[in-house]
Amino acid sequence: MPALDQANQLIAQFGDLLSAPTEFRGEVTLVVNDSERIAEVCAFAKNSLGFDYLVDISSVDNYGDDPRWTVVYELYGISHGQYLRLKTNVSEEKSELPTVTAVWRTADWHEREIYDMMGIRFRGHPDLRRILMWEGYPYFPLRKDFPLAGKPSEMPDVAFSKPAPIEGGPFVAAPGGKDAIEREPRVRTPED
Amino acid sequence: MHASTEFGYNSKIEGDAIHTRVDAALNWFRKNSLWPMPMGLACCAIELMATGASRFDISRFGMEVMRFSPRQSDVMIVAGTVTYKMALAVKRIYDQMAEPKWVIAMGACASTGGMYRSYAVLQGVDNIIPVDVYVAGCPPRPEALLDALIKLQGKVAREPVLKELVITSRKKALSIPEKPAEVPPALS
Repeated sequence: MPALDQANQLIAQFGDLLSAPTEFRGEVTLVVNDSERIAEVCAFAKNSLGFDYLVDISSVDNYGDDPRWTVVYELYGISHGQYLRLKTNVSEEKSELPTVTAVWRTADWHEREIYDMMGIRFRGHPDLRRILMWEGYPYFPLRKDFPLAGKPSEMPDVAFSKPAPIEGGPFVAAPGGKDAIEREPRVRTPED
Repeated sequence: MHASTEFGYNSKIEGDAIHTRVDAALNWFRKNSLWPMPMGLACCAIELMATGASRFDISRFGMEVMRFSPRQSDVMIVAGTVTYKMALAVKRIYDQMAEPKWVIAMGACASTGGMYRSYAVLQGVDNIIPVDVYVAGCPPRPEALLDALIKLQGKVAREPVLKELVITSRKKALSIPEKPAEVPPALS
């Protein structure tokens, strides 16, 4: 499996910094144990292994676990057509990672989105500011302790926000009911 | 005085004329040339474009002139999700439109926030501007938008234009001060 070969080449280069590769349905994942060195690993992956396309960077909020953040880098190589996933964990007290903007320029906006939604800062980023919400918005919306409805905020001349009326709960569809009326999205209590 | 069709005018000599009230005439002019300002923010804008295209021709009603400048338009069609980030821009554009102006909230997102009951979406554009017609749908079919425009035409037809002009001019004559319009701080 070519992606596994490249994962093994990465491990050969970095040794204990990377975990053993896990594979699921043809997708290979490596965990980078020290988040400070993620930029090095990414640079090697791009320059020597040909992963020249950063598909996505996303972040996971492990609310209640320590370390709280997991940042996932999805890499792809256009010439060899292989995908690779790199994961790294960041603790909440630190909430900071080195940027990979020097490796792939597209990481600029992905990291801005992570900063906007989760609050993880990226050291060395050329222009780290909010991208979806407005500058000065006081919260990080995709954290698990932030309610879906939102919190009130006010910035005169820029924007305001009010909590949305959730009316008893998020509307959830229940799959597998015998007809559409059973399956329709509505407020469902846990015993349903 | 009874309504009479006899008046000192010979149509055979001077051509056709219509005897009507100023209100009715002004409203007829306005409703048959409502120029939309398409505030097309999301998917409803596609249906708005479809309404403007040839199959569901909006030009039948005189509204094919989609003026993107607020100074030159009459009705703002808010088509799409209004986020809190965009809300100030929508309000500014609405304030820059000249009177008389109307607003159509097209689709679920513009009417009430739609399926997005979240931290980022304004729950209905009527929180910031006064809406005249709401159109349900996600997105509403072009026929539904045309139905809303016809209803808006009906609303325009009922406006007491001359009466308001007369009241305003009488107030001025008697020096009754008008309440000054509130200027939002962003524009001052």
